[in-house]
This record gives sequence, structure tokens and C-alpha cells, in this order.
Amino acid sequence: MIKKWSILSIVFTIVTVLTGCEPLLVLDPKGPQAERQASDIMLSIGIMSIIVLAVFVILFIMLVKYRASKQSEDYEPPHIKANIWVEIICVGIPVLIVAYLSFVSVQSNNIVESAPKGYEDKEPLIVYASTSNWKWHFSYPEENIETVNYLYIPTDRALEFKLYSFGPITSFWIPQLGGQKYAMSDMVNTLHLAADVPGEYMGRNANFSGEGFAENTFNVKAMPEEEFDDWVKEVKKAAEPLTEEKFDELLKPGHVGQSTYTGTHLEFMPPPEGENGGHHHGSSKSEKSVDDSHEEHSNQNHH
Amino acid sequence: MDYFDRFAVPHPSPAIYVSMVAIGLTVIAIIAGLTYFKKWGYLWREWLTTVDHKRIGIMYLISALLMLFRGGADAIMMRAQLAVPENTLLDAQHYNEIFTTHGIVMIIFMAMPFIMAFMNFVVPLQIGARDVAFPRLNALSFWLFFMGAMLLNISFVVGGSPDAGWTSYFPLAGNEFSESVGTNYYMLALQIAGLGTLMTGINFITTILKMRAPGMTLMKMPMFTWSALVTNAIIVFAFPVLTVALLMGTMDRLFATNFFTTANGGMDMLWANFFWVWGHPEVYILILPAFGIYSEIISTFSRRNLYGYKSMVGSMVIISLLSFLVWTHHFFTMGQGALTNSIFSITTMAIAVPTGVKIFNWLFTLWKGKIVITTPMLYSLLFIPIFTIGGVTGVMLGMSAADYQYHNTMFLVAHFHMVIIPGVVFAMLAALHYYWPKMFGFKLNEKIGKVGAWVISMSTLLAFMPMFFSGLDGQARRMYTYSESTGFGFLNMLSFIGAIGFAIGFCLIVYNIYYSTRYASRDISSDPWDARSLEWATHSPVPEYNFAITPQVNSAEAFWDAKKHGHELFTGEYEKIHMPNNSGVPFIMGCIFFAWGFSFIFGMWIPVIISTIGIFACMALRSFEKDHGRYISVNEIKKTETSRGA
Repeated sequence: MIKKWSILSIVFTIVTVLTGCEPLLVLDPKGPQAERQASDIMLSIGIMSIIVLAVFVILFIMLVKYRASKQSEDYEPPHIKANIWVEIICVGIPVLIVAYLSFVSVQSNNIVESAPKGYEDKEPLIVYASTSNWKWHFSYPEENIETVNYLYIPTDRALEFKLYSFGPITSFWIPQLGGQKYAMSDMVNTLHLAADVPGEYMGRNANFSGEGFAENTFNVKAMPEEEFDDWVKEVKKAAEPLTEEKFDELLKPGHVGQSTYTGTHLEFMPPPEGENGGHHHGSSKSEKSVDDSHEEHSNQNHH
Repeated sequence: MDYFDRFAVPHPSPAIYVSMVAIGLTVIAIIAGLTYFKKWGYLWREWLTTVDHKRIGIMYLISALLMLFRGGADAIMMRAQLAVPENTLLDAQHYNEIFTTHGIVMIIFMAMPFIMAFMNFVVPLQIGARDVAFPRLNALSFWLFFMGAMLLNISFVVGGSPDAGWTSYFPLAGNEFSESVGTNYYMLALQIAGLGTLMTGINFITTILKMRAPGMTLMKMPMFTWSALVTNAIIVFAFPVLTVALLMGTMDRLFATNFFTTANGGMDMLWANFFWVWGHPEVYILILPAFGIYSEIISTFSRRNLYGYKSMVGSMVIISLLSFLVWTHHFFTMGQGALTNSIFSITTMAIAVPTGVKIFNWLFTLWKGKIVITTPMLYSLLFIPIFTIGGVTGVMLGMSAADYQYHNTMFLVAHFHMVIIPGVVFAMLAALHYYWPKMFGFKLNEKIGKVGAWVISMSTLLAFMPMFFSGLDGQARRMYTYSESTGFGFLNMLSFIGAIGFAIGFCLIVYNIYYSTRYASRDISSDPWDARSLEWATHSPVPEYNFAITPQVNSAEAFWDAKKHGHELFTGEYEKIHMPNNSGVPFIMGCIFFAWGFSFIFGMWIPVIISTIGIFACMALRSFEKDHGRYISVNEIKKTETSRGA
């Protein structure tokens, strides 16, 4: 048994020491949602370590004390009936732990599913993030610009991502800003995030979507709001307009680099929300403007 | 020649051509060998037509070991590809096919037959029965499973492997994004194997409820039989969901319906829901029999009764109910909102409570025991700590807000391997060593067995612990490569070394089987482990009628009572024994199902129609056949019993 523990602890130390040099992305949050998630993760690791430790210690004691080699030859183990109090403890303590974690979990669900706290003074920035095999399209309806495979965001302002897909189910994920959510072709999902700190972050599709999945990534750059506004102005001045033909070309399966456009595809190819959702059988598809449709709570409309 | 183009592999590679040649040579070698040694008759009479639960169990076992090799080879290739950044060993398409088949093979065609092997072999013996309730149906179950497995396994050399993940989420798995026949293979192979499993479920519930030895009330059943009963109840409720989902998926792919493709109002999320309404209970279908095995082994080698029998049964029943109430946790990120996620988060974490009860009961079974560490016991003792790590990470994943960060990452991959490998695979390997003497009349070598157990369990830690970290560092699952700047290289190299360790462990087990077959002593008692339940009360290997006289039971440990407390198991005289006849129909029906599935996959409708008629013809034949079985005479029983030294 000593062999086992030594090997176990060696594995643990190697792994923790070598990865400990740089903080793991998820545990190095740069926004309020990711912070909440990281603290949930650390909390559950802490509580779970106690349980793991308890099991290890009991197992260790049992193995040390009750090995056949430590006992006389004629020792006959007794027939032991379960003790009701032991069983109550074995049920009771896990119930208490699960109850506490459930409480935290429900609280966190409501936090990550609503607009981040502390940004109420400003309207959230709405970005439509959509995928096609194997690219990310980011449409900024207010600013009326669109980017491919990169995302610029302001700090000090809440972000509201509207997620959908032109193909297989994908998952929008920026680990340091918060957890992921699916983008699907027949509905629009809303993901609330915010960035506290300027910097560059990794973003990717986390859900397997076919051959080009591994490279289905995007760069995120968070910057102070003035800088962001300058960038928008710059784009409007310099970038080409996004035409329907250009967008059709972008939709073709494959990989493309980063690019920037004025105008968004939302105008000629509305997202699957509201009347354009995937499950409104028989309703006539009217050309609604984007501003009307994103006021509806699209992620509750798909039934 | 256009007609035959459809059978070509869409993404050929040298490895696939080598496999084609290897498969061809193996088939020729098997046929030549059988002919040369004149074994065709033996094969047909003793194995292909058998309805004996013990032989069917052994055939499941052989299939499981073969599929473990196949799934393991897939795993090694995956880990080798990811061992260093920007590796070019495999391309994206090849990698996608490999992780897809790895998942399908390991769950459906390795873990399932492994538990089926021991359920078949052990349950009738543990309850003192002569066979299962419907022996011929049991043979059909096996052949359907086997043909499903073979069908999936030829996919990579005929027409192309499935490549949309073992979960095959639509619309990715639809025709638009998966053009090859790969996903058709997935739909049809799982369908055929799944039908077999459903029949097993019905068969074993009936067997356990109706065929127990006199005196064995439900609460006096051995724990493995209890786990089999609960498992089969889950099968009967869960597998029809898979059947229907696969049928709908098949129709989407072959008949242009739109259940899951998003054109014309189909719902991609519907597939994910169906899949996991089956898929989550499936996890417990795998783990509960494993828990049953551990209960038997830990109690046997602690030389003590199982602690908390009632709470063990109760916790299994609760787990079986909860298993149907948690499926949404596989996609907390689908956007169903805080309320739904909260409900499923709580039900998910609640499963930890009955599972924890079981862990503590095993620990208390060791208490005041006289622990003998044999190979099966070593696997069981290594299971407890490793499974606990895997299990508590499950609770972490159950916290839905945090799951937004774990989902689709290597953290998740680490979690489910750290529960399924110690939970299911260790249990099955423990059972392999534990029941081997009962199956074949000799023990596997203890020394090689123990080294194997250590190698495999350390490899588990080495292969999967690093994934918890790389997952938290942002490594998504199912990526065929990653760039150097991500820093995932070192952790993935550790996993690769772990995978090599698994390969060594597997070789040790195979070598042990070879070594022990050649050198192990045949002179062992029928109860080599000093065990406690009825399967050890008969000879090793077991005669076809199991028990010459039906045992009398009055406690949960009938055989132990017989050994220690003078309980009389076998009273009365020999009487003639009624046994079922062998039948070739299940095997032939299995072959027709194979042809049916194969032609369905390629949309060859005339063979589909012919084979469908064939299937119904087999069923009609069975309905009108008068077969009342046969009797083994008292003389014959006496002869067998004396030759076994009774």
C-alpha cells in the first residue's frame, strides 16, 4: 500500500507543480461571470478534497488494521449487521454537503444567466456571434459593423452575446471571461459576459463540429471604451461593406483569416429568433428589422 | 463498377489499407484453421447453436476482450496524435473517425458485453437456476449484439467510419454535414445491438423474478444478482428510447425526414435529449453490475458479510430512479435557463448520496474483516480511491454554472474515464480473475494478475489526471491538434505515457491467460477463493445443468452457511433434469440481421426486403416449431457427478 500512496503523491506533485507555473485559464478570470465560476470551482474542489481524504484515510486504516497477515490464523470475522446510526451519518453528511452545494449552484445559475452586476449605468453591448463551418462571425448591430474570427470588446460595459449557427451545433467559449453556451441553427441563445481587465484572450468553439473544429478559434481583445469607440470609427472609415455575395462566400466551409466589414449580415440574413426561429411552423416569414426582434427574449421562444 | 464505388473508403490512408489486408488474412487463417483441424462441426454444435447461459457468457467475454483491443488501439492512436503539439500522425478526418469509434466500441461493444458476460455466467448460478428463463432468446440477444459489433467494425474498411462523435449530435450527423455512410453504420449497428440488449433485459428480469432457488426471497439474493435485476429494469426502460431515436435518425438520413435536421422545423436538440435520456441511464447500466461484482469480491476477501445489505439494495434502487432524472446535465449549456439547470443540477448532485453510501458500506465491509489481497481484491481496493476521485469530480460537474467552464473540455473527459475505468473496467477485470476458475477450472496466475492490476491503475492516474488540468486550461475535447503556444504539450505527453501503460497492462492480461492456460494447476477445488454465494457450490467448470440437485436457501449467503453453519444446501435424490435444446435459428437470424443492416446502410433496398422477409420467416419458424427440450437422465447425472468427484 505504501507503494500506492507514494506513486499517487508523485503524480499529484508533478502535475500540480508543472502546471502551477502559469495559472490555468479557467482559474485566472478576467470578468465577473468567470470569477463566480472560478470561485465555485475552487469551493467544490475544497469540499470534495475533504471527502476524498476521508475515504483515503478510512481505506488506509482498514487495510493496515485488518489485513489477514496481521491477524491470528483462527480469527473468524464476525457477522456484522448494519448500525442505523452509522448509516444515518453516511447519508446525512453527504446530504448536507449536496444541499449546501445545491444552494450555491442555484445562486450561481441565476448570476451567470443574468446581466453581470456593476454595469447598470450603461446599456450592454450586443454582439451577434454566429458560426459557419469553421469560422466565427461577430455582428455589432448598434455600431453596424461586422468582424470575422476576431472580437473587440470594451471593458467597463456589460456584453450580451446572441449566439446562433449556420451549421452544426457549436459552443461559444472565452474561458477567462466566462463559461460557454451553444450556438444552434434554429434558435438564438443569450450569453451574458463582461471583461474587467483590458487584454487579449483566447476564444473558441468548444463543441465538436466536424473536420475544421480544432482551428475554429477567435481572438478576443478587451480595451477601454474610448479605444473601442476609436476602433469602431476606424472600421467605418476603412472597411469594405459586407455584401450578400461576400457573406455567401464567407459561409462556404473552410478556414479564413480575420476580416472586417461595415454593415452586418443581420439585415439580409436575419438570425433565427422571433419570427425567424426554427420552430414557427406555417408562419409567414416577414422581413423584420433586427432592432425589433432582439427585444424579444429569443431563447425562450423556441417551443 | 459504379455500383461498387459506394463501398470504397472515402478517406483512405495507408493504415486503413494495412488493416484491410490484416482483416482479410485473419479471416482466411480462421477458415483455414477450422478446416484443417476439422473444427467446423465442433464450432457449430458447441458454440454457434448453444443456448447454454455459461457458453453464451464466455462468448460475450471473448467479444468484450476483442473489442477492448479495438477500442484500445483507437485510444493509443488518439493519445499518440495529441502527445506533441501540431502532430501530423493523423489528419483531422482520421482523428474524428477514431474518437467516434473509440467511444462507441468502448461503451456499446466492450463494456456492455463485459457486463453481459458475467450476468449470463453468474446470475443463473447465483440463484440456483438451470439456465435463464428464455435460453433461445438469450442466444439471439448475443448474436444480435455480436452482429451489431461486427457491422460497426467493418465500417472503416467498407464505406467509411462514423465521424460525428459517439454522441452523433444532429445536424452534424445529418446528411448535410456527414455525407459518408459512416453515420448510417452508427444508426444500424447500435440499433441491432440495442435490440439484443433489450431482449436481455426482459430475459433477466424474468429469470431473476421467477427462477430463484426455493427459499431465496428477494432480500436473500446475492448482491450481484440484485445489481443485475436493477440494471435490467433500467435497460427495459431506457433502451426503447434509443431504439426510437435511432429509428428517427435513420429515417432522417435515409428517407429524408426532418426530425433532427433543422430544415422544415426539425429540432437538433431533440436528438441530444433522446440520446441522453437513454445515455445517462446507460451509464448506470454499466456501473451497477460493477458495483455488484465489487460487493461480492470485497465481502469474499474480507471474509465477512457485506456491510449494510439493505442500504446497498436501497441505494441501487434510488440510483436507478435518479438515473432517469439527470440527462439534461449533459448539455447545461444548451440555453434552457437558470431554473431548468438548477433542477437538474440538484438531481445530479443527489446521485452522489446513494453512491457515497455504497463506498462507505464497502469500507465498513473491510472493518473487522480478515483481508486477503488477491488479484480481484486488489482491483477492488484500487477502485475505491480512484473511483472516489472520479466520482467527486462528477459532483463538481453537476454544479451547472461551473459546468459552463468544464463542458466539452478535457476535464469532462478525465471525469468520465476516471469513473468508467475504475468503476466498470476494473470490476470486469476483477471479475475475470475471480470467475475464471469457475469458468475454466483453473486460476489465472496471481503474480502476473497483480502486476497487471498495478500497471493498469497507475496508468489510469497517469493518463487521466493531467486532463483535469489541461481542461481547466482551456483544452477542448475532440481537437485533433493544438498549437505549441497553448502549453498543453506536457500534460498530453503524460497522458500518452499513461496510454502506453494501458497497452502494457492489456498485454499482461492476455499473457496471463496464455501462461495460465499452459501452466496453471488444474487440481483446484470448486471453491478456490473460500467464497460465500451459490455459484461456488457447484463444480468447476460447471456442468451444463449447473446443480445436480436444486439448492435450498435460507440466507443471503447460502453457501457460506453451508460451509460454516451446517446448512444443508442439497437435499433429496437425483431427478431427471429438463434442459433446452440447442438451436441454429438465433445464429442464422443474427446473420440475416447483419445482411439487413448492411444493405440498409448502403440503401440497397432489394436485399433489405429479402432479409426483412428472412427475419420474419425465422420468427414464424420458431412460432410453429414444436420443441419441448430434452431430459438429462439420472444415470447421466450420476456419471457426470462421479467424474467431477462428488
